[in-house]
Amino acid sequence: MDWQWFHRLGSPRWFYEKTSRWMPWLLSVTLVLLAVGVVWGLGYAPMDSKQGNSYRIIYIHVPAAFLALAGYYVMAIAGAVGIIWQMKMSYMVMRAAAPIGAILTFLALITGALWGKPTWGTWWVWDARITSMLILLFLYLGIIALQGAYQQQQTANKACAILALVGTVNIPIIYKSVDWWFTLHQPATLKLVGESSIDPSMAYPLLVMIAGFYGLYSWLLMHWVRADILQSESKTRWVKELVAAKQSHNTGQ
Amino acid sequence: MIFQFDSIADFFLMDGHGIYVWASYAITLLALVFLVVSPSIQQRAFIIQQKRQQRIEKGLNQHSRPS
Repeated sequence: MDWQWFHRLGSPRWFYEKTSRWMPWLLSVTLVLLAVGVVWGLGYAPMDSKQGNSYRIIYIHVPAAFLALAGYYVMAIAGAVGIIWQMKMSYMVMRAAAPIGAILTFLALITGALWGKPTWGTWWVWDARITSMLILLFLYLGIIALQGAYQQQQTANKACAILALVGTVNIPIIYKSVDWWFTLHQPATLKLVGESSIDPSMAYPLLVMIAGFYGLYSWLLMHWVRADILQSESKTRWVKELVAAKQSHNTGQ
Repeated sequence: MIFQFDSIADFFLMDGHGIYVWASYAITLLALVFLVVSPSIQQRAFIIQQKRQQRIEKGLNQHSRPS
């Protein structure tokens, strides 16, 4: 098997140059998906017969929660690859995934609270789904804090990777929480197997939004990793040349 | 597909749920703007700082050269 792609992936320079070419395309596709999804979801999807218009929050609540969970896998797997193969690129991905994941988890929680108020009559309940999502937020924040707590970056990376791996226990609990415990939170509306409990007229814009959030997540991850690459590789020749080639507007030269 | 609301005012009110819906979308937009802008600012600051350093190094090299 040809493992060259794997070694290339480990090169920050290769990543930086490739993403420079990919990102504009990815961003335009993402923005189209999000624009279509938001307009469709807010204006054209039918009103819910039980929840009224408040359900329109689903078009950001569910995609944000989806990516908060998927992003945790990205972070944990990147951490594991970093430990096993000592790949610095992999640690950079892990570090970038933490703040993005934390914000997405925060969004899932806050939009959930805003949806809960008109629907359940309360902003917050300590039920299984919501509490396990809060733990996910603390895991993300814990990893950000742990990264800053060490003088040596190598040590910090390893500690974060281990915390991320241990924290994966929480992910299946979040998924299954609506089935295992009695909870206010509604069960999953979209299912890969079997019939979804959501009407296609509401589900299509949701799928568009989820696709858009996946694109947005990938774009943001690249964006954060690239900023990290420049800092970490500042001593290398290619970064120095890149800096020298950049027109600086702020210094007035 | 038809637009679900009778008027723009109706669209903003959403039968009293508008405040919750629009707040959700506004908070999301703000958070995403932060995620986009934060690394850009960092990157920009880095380039400015590196450029300054490169200028200093260049200046030092010119001065230390024996005439």
